[in-house]
Amino acid sequence: MVEWVQEIVDKFKFVFLEKDRWLLIAEGLKVTLLVTFLALLLGLVIGMLVAIVRTSHDQMKKDNVRGVARIFLGIMNGICKVYLTVIRGTPVMVQLLLMYFVILVSAESEITVAVMTFGINSGAYVAEIFRSGIMSIDKGQMEAGRSLGLSYVTTMTKVILPQAIKNVLPALVNEIITLLKETSICGAIGLSELTRGAENIQSATYEALFPLLMVALIYLVIVMMFTALMSKIERRLRESDLR
Amino acid sequence: MIYVNNLSKSFGDHLVLNNVSEHIAPGEKVVIIGPSGSGKSTFLRCLNLLEQPTSGEITFEGQLITDKKADINKIRQQMGMVFQHFNLFPHLTILDNIIMAPVHLKLMTKAQAKEEAMRLLEIVGLTEKANAYPGQLSGGQKQRIAIVRSLALKPKVMLFDEPTSALDPEMVGEVLEVMKGLAKDGMTMVVVTHEMGFAREVADRVLFMDEGIIYEQGTPEQIFSSPVNERTQKFLRAVL
Ligand SMILES: Nc1ncnc2c1ncn2[C@@H]1O[C@H](COP(=O)(O)OP(=O)(O)OP(=O)(O)O)[C@@H](O)[C@H]1O
Ligand SMILES: [Mg+2]
Repeated sequence: MVEWVQEIVDKFKFVFLEKDRWLLIAEGLKVTLLVTFLALLLGLVIGMLVAIVRTSHDQMKKDNVRGVARIFLGIMNGICKVYLTVIRGTPVMVQLLLMYFVILVSAESEITVAVMTFGINSGAYVAEIFRSGIMSIDKGQMEAGRSLGLSYVTTMTKVILPQAIKNVLPALVNEIITLLKETSICGAIGLSELTRGAENIQSATYEALFPLLMVALIYLVIVMMFTALMSKIERRLRESDLR
Repeated sequence: MIYVNNLSKSFGDHLVLNNVSEHIAPGEKVVIIGPSGSGKSTFLRCLNLLEQPTSGEITFEGQLITDKKADINKIRQQMGMVFQHFNLFPHLTILDNIIMAPVHLKLMTKAQAKEEAMRLLEIVGLTEKANAYPGQLSGGQKQRIAIVRSLALKPKVMLFDEPTSALDPEMVGEVLEVMKGLAKDGMTMVVVTHEMGFAREVADRVLFMDEGIIYEQGTPEQIFSSPVNERTQKFLRAVL
């Protein structure tokens, strides 16, 4: 029994402590968090813009508005639709490789490539989440805002979006978790993120179980902490309006 | 105050308003009655362009508002609208619901808007709800707040679309009282309602609408006691 425990401790020391190999994991974690965070920001911005273009275009079409604005929005809407179709219709791994070897071939760092790829990829999913959130708001809210003389944009930002975002928070949390875990494929473009850190330890020590288990545990703990934080925020938000 | 000229509105090939012409004078209280689907709401919503007319012209205070160049947001500030389902903003407190438009449109400072909001809340007897959220209010209270929210912009005319239809019977009275008070203060009002008692008491003129046409109009006395049109007679027999 004691022998068995000792064996594990020795192996742990060998895998992680010898030659400071744990640093590979720590550095990898930093990269993973950085890429996830920046990609998330990019994804939220893209997603919000696309969602607003799509919904306002559909609204204008319904209201039968004509003129330059309608034509402009029509073109923007077309671009958004192509974007959504292509991004959601192809594997993110292929997108990553295309970015690395073709589109952003002159980019300085792998981090830039990863952030761009995952930001653009996540934006497509976030856009649909925001759009469903906007559509979930009763149309009377927009009418009330407009009847008070507020512009479409003001009503959108002050009335519709705050409610829509609150409604889609769980879906958004889901997307962020997916994003975090998906960045684990960035090793394919030579980025030393968390999973790649485990792989590097594995090839140095010929030990697979320990490094992979450690990395799995780290992902799990991050996700659990993040989920707990978000449910706290969600509860706080619900309290304020007692619907 | 409002001139409506040959107004038509279609949804697809469904003609909902059929060449309506009408004039609403300053200070006048006009009540619109008619069967469901007759186009009452659509008519009202065309007045502040929540619905885009298919053809025809609407003039408000001498300004052609159906003109493409008209600043519709500016015009809507002067036309309050109260909806059947209140449409308060659930994520904002009552006070913020009321002051949001006047502050954002820079018609008042925040302090002025708050003062005005409290004055109006006093009138409808809801000062103690200033910091509550809409979800904490009864239907009748919500509708009174919705009226206050419109009034905070100091509109020249108030449009009501069945303001009491979504309310439990015991709450209808409190909303009608507020509307009567408004009428007494000289507000120009256009009201779509099924409350015939209110129409009798408050209306200067009653319009009977069916199939997108104003078939008959007159004083409440004329319409309710001696309607001429066969459709009006049939409708009133059914509702009275
Ligand atoms: N946005 C819309 N799209 C398509 N059809 C519509 C739309 N709004 C209204 N209609 C149709 O127009 C007709 C008139 O509707 P409107 O709401 O003006 O009637 P109403 O007189 O207010 O009826 P109610 O007493 O039921 O409120 C109805 O047949 C309705 O189905
Ligand atoms: Mg109606």
